[in-house]
Amino acid sequence: MKQEIRLQVNGDFYDVFVKPSETLLDVLRDKLGLMGTKKSCDVGDCGACTVLLDGEPVTSCLTLAVSARGKAITTIEGVAEGQNLHPIQKAFVEHGAIQCGYCTPGMIMTAKAFLEENPDPTEEGIKEAISGNLCRCTGYVKIIEAIKAAAQIIQEER
Amino acid sequence: MIEYSIIGKHVPRVEAKPMVTGRLKYVNDITLPGMLYGKILRSPYAHAKILSIDTSKAERLPGVKAVITAKDTPMVKFALHAQYGIEDEVSLAIDKVLYVGDRVAAVAAIDEDTAEEALDLIKVEYEELPAVFDPEEAMKPDAPRIHDDVEGNIRHRILHTFGDVEKGFEESDYVREDRFKTPMVISCSLGTRCCVADFVRDTGELTIYSDSQVPYQGKPYLAYIIGMPVEKIRSIRPYLPGCFGSRISSDDVNIISALLSMKTGKPVKIEHSRDEFLRVIPSRHALIAEFKTGVKKDGTLVATQCRHITDNGAYTVFGIMNTLQNSDLLDLILRVPNVKFEGLVVYTNTRPGLGMRALMNNSFCSGFYSHLDMLARDVGMDVADFYLKNAHQKGDVTTSRCKLDSCGISECIQEVIKASDWKNKRGKLPKNRGLGLGLGAHTAGFQWGGETSTVVVIADYLGKVGILSGRGEYGQGSSTMICMCVAEELGLKLEDVSINEVVDDSIVPYESSNYGSRGTVGQGRAAIAAAQDLRRQLFEVVAEKFGAEVEDMEAKEGRIFVKQSPDKGMPFQEAVKAYQDAGKLLPLIGRGRYDPPSEEMDFYTGEGNVSVAWGFGAQVIEVEVDTDTGEVKVLNVVTANDCGKALNPLQLEGSSEGGILMGLGSALFEGVFHNERGEVIGTTFPTYGMPTSKEIPTNIKHIWVETMDPYGPYGAKGITEVVELPTANAIANAIYDAVGVRIREFPITPEKILDALKKARIRDKREYYETI
Repeated sequence: MKQEIRLQVNGDFYDVFVKPSETLLDVLRDKLGLMGTKKSCDVGDCGACTVLLDGEPVTSCLTLAVSARGKAITTIEGVAEGQNLHPIQKAFVEHGAIQCGYCTPGMIMTAKAFLEENPDPTEEGIKEAISGNLCRCTGYVKIIEAIKAAAQIIQEER
Repeated sequence: MIEYSIIGKHVPRVEAKPMVTGRLKYVNDITLPGMLYGKILRSPYAHAKILSIDTSKAERLPGVKAVITAKDTPMVKFALHAQYGIEDEVSLAIDKVLYVGDRVAAVAAIDEDTAEEALDLIKVEYEELPAVFDPEEAMKPDAPRIHDDVEGNIRHRILHTFGDVEKGFEESDYVREDRFKTPMVISCSLGTRCCVADFVRDTGELTIYSDSQVPYQGKPYLAYIIGMPVEKIRSIRPYLPGCFGSRISSDDVNIISALLSMKTGKPVKIEHSRDEFLRVIPSRHALIAEFKTGVKKDGTLVATQCRHITDNGAYTVFGIMNTLQNSDLLDLILRVPNVKFEGLVVYTNTRPGLGMRALMNNSFCSGFYSHLDMLARDVGMDVADFYLKNAHQKGDVTTSRCKLDSCGISECIQEVIKASDWKNKRGKLPKNRGLGLGLGAHTAGFQWGGETSTVVVIADYLGKVGILSGRGEYGQGSSTMICMCVAEELGLKLEDVSINEVVDDSIVPYESSNYGSRGTVGQGRAAIAAAQDLRRQLFEVVAEKFGAEVEDMEAKEGRIFVKQSPDKGMPFQEAVKAYQDAGKLLPLIGRGRYDPPSEEMDFYTGEGNVSVAWGFGAQVIEVEVDTDTGEVKVLNVVTANDCGKALNPLQLEGSSEGGILMGLGSALFEGVFHNERGEVIGTTFPTYGMPTSKEIPTNIKHIWVETMDPYGPYGAKGITEVVELPTANAIANAIYDAVGVRIREFPITPEKILDALKKARIRDKREYYETI
């Protein structure tokens, strides 16, 4: 049976009817039109659908929508502040950490949560943190560089 | 040296901002009002007769809008790719299925769950037939016949010979033979294949939001397959989530969604699940390659041959094309006076193949430059010296008539040798560490005879410049490259120009295709020509105003001015206005087209200069092998590529790093394998062997060798394919250098290394006891 739930996404509240089995990924994409969160493997292997639940990164394809009730959901659409890109987004652009861009939203969400916990990360730490986010185009090198650079910018801004 | 304003600079991607904010729309993100969801019923058997199909239960399920089988299609046989395909495939199986995953029926329903449920309700009766999964088994006289019209399952035989290899082997001081096997490797683009087809009954028109890399070339084929006049089809190709060749044919998402949309009169979306993608998507063919090469004592190559058995799978999508392309490779990098390539394209009851990043060149290189590495050791030569002794030079023409109008392979080898400290480090590394030299070469401006590129550049009254290109974008940075060329020629900043994100063939001029690293040369040259055409029209107006000659005009730093006296001129935007004031119509349009002087490959020999430019690369890779676990750690990579001219080092480095990880994956982890029923083992990313951030060495040194190709834009060549090729053979050679075992079946897994080490120890012990 479908039920009505209230979800808080990027600061806004949405009331949606969902089946108990519906994933947060499908609700974000199909019901809320937030297409920035990408579907790739749908079984939690690739991280393309990563969003933050109360600041914690989760694969939204393995998260039931009903379980996200009462939590603050952040998707890629909620990362920039208006026109201003987040330092991680800026670093991804400037360091060429993007090719086809399909893994990028999930990668940025993972990086955001990681840098909040680890403001001064090592290269090994970054590699480990994004090891659940797969990318086929970049070979990860520029992504690792971008996250390193973003960490520095965030620290300088503080 | 020419001073450029944008060319040669580190330029971020033009569509980077919509990407990092999640705004960019991919084909997978498209939804249309009233859209239905399509699913494909696939064969559970590798080879079987279809006795009956009962769709009645599925049709009665509420929410199901259409169920189709072969009888709902034109039932024509087709080739999924334009060039040298063989018409042996059908959209839905007519009476037989030929591999696990072959298409049997399809459903359109109001949502994905209903469509899935309906698939379960379709009853198909099969009579299983004997199946064969190995091309060598398939060629045996008693093997099951897969296509009735093909005896021995050999679809095609390619023979390229030059000189006399037998005589060459006789005259050689050393002759060596090796046999290598590489499995199918999958593109693994992060987005799966997807298409939305929208048929409107009132007009009889079909709009197809396609994920095809060949939207223009593929359209007549699609029209034929679905039985619709080609002029009734409009193809819109949005941004694609990675390709690597996996979308080089129309393929099932396009065909089946179109058929379902025609049946229902509603838009239908089909998106492969990841499992489906890894199970059935055609990708780089499996290969068995047997090499034999002869060499003189001083290292001069005398003769080389390859018996190349391509596992064609059940249908010939790209099997012939890929094998033809590989027929060029025996002497594409090295001069060899006697060459023989025999290519067999053999049917098996497995999924068909496609090209993947350099077609199946990587599989060839993995074996061939392992074989030559061993041969250099036989001769007692440093393999780098051996390669340099035989390397092609600029101006050479290969035995397949590939014209190397620029060729920097020697520089590439010299650079990686120097930068890796090869001469000092080799043989002196700590235990279980090794260095390997790898090579690769590929088309760097593939232009099948007659293939053209067209670009249109438009300037409006605000002085903004728009570009229309049929290239589209799927990750390689072509759109950025095209914008850079146009901005450079017009003297504008990159932000002053924009390019179409979507390729809509009703308004965007024809582009032959998007593969073979052809974008840089084809679209780059067309973009320069279009910008120059527009510029000339502005020059005429401004020159007249200042009483100067058109030849004396220059466009730089946002201004059009007289070269000798820069104050005689005006900003670009004012020049556009002056053009209008001169009584000419806006928008100002520049047109550019590039028709390269390249040829087709001969169907039986593969001969013909199929690429206007050729790219070369060399890598030195250092590995460490853990002899307890068999695990290989790639420690560092030095890579040098002949890119003609480095247009955008940021993008070049990114492509190169991606290529290295893909090569590393094919060397150590990746491959499609089947069980005894022909079912694919490993249909998730981890079980398939997709590399993660933990496997990439970040210690990569890039060197760009600039040979200034006479045909390339500003001398540049396409590099997105060649950058991958040296990696796998460099790793294989480094593993041999580290622990002395040669694994001839890729991927080189820890189990294979441990097994080989064990055998080597037993052999050494036996030899030891035999000597005492």
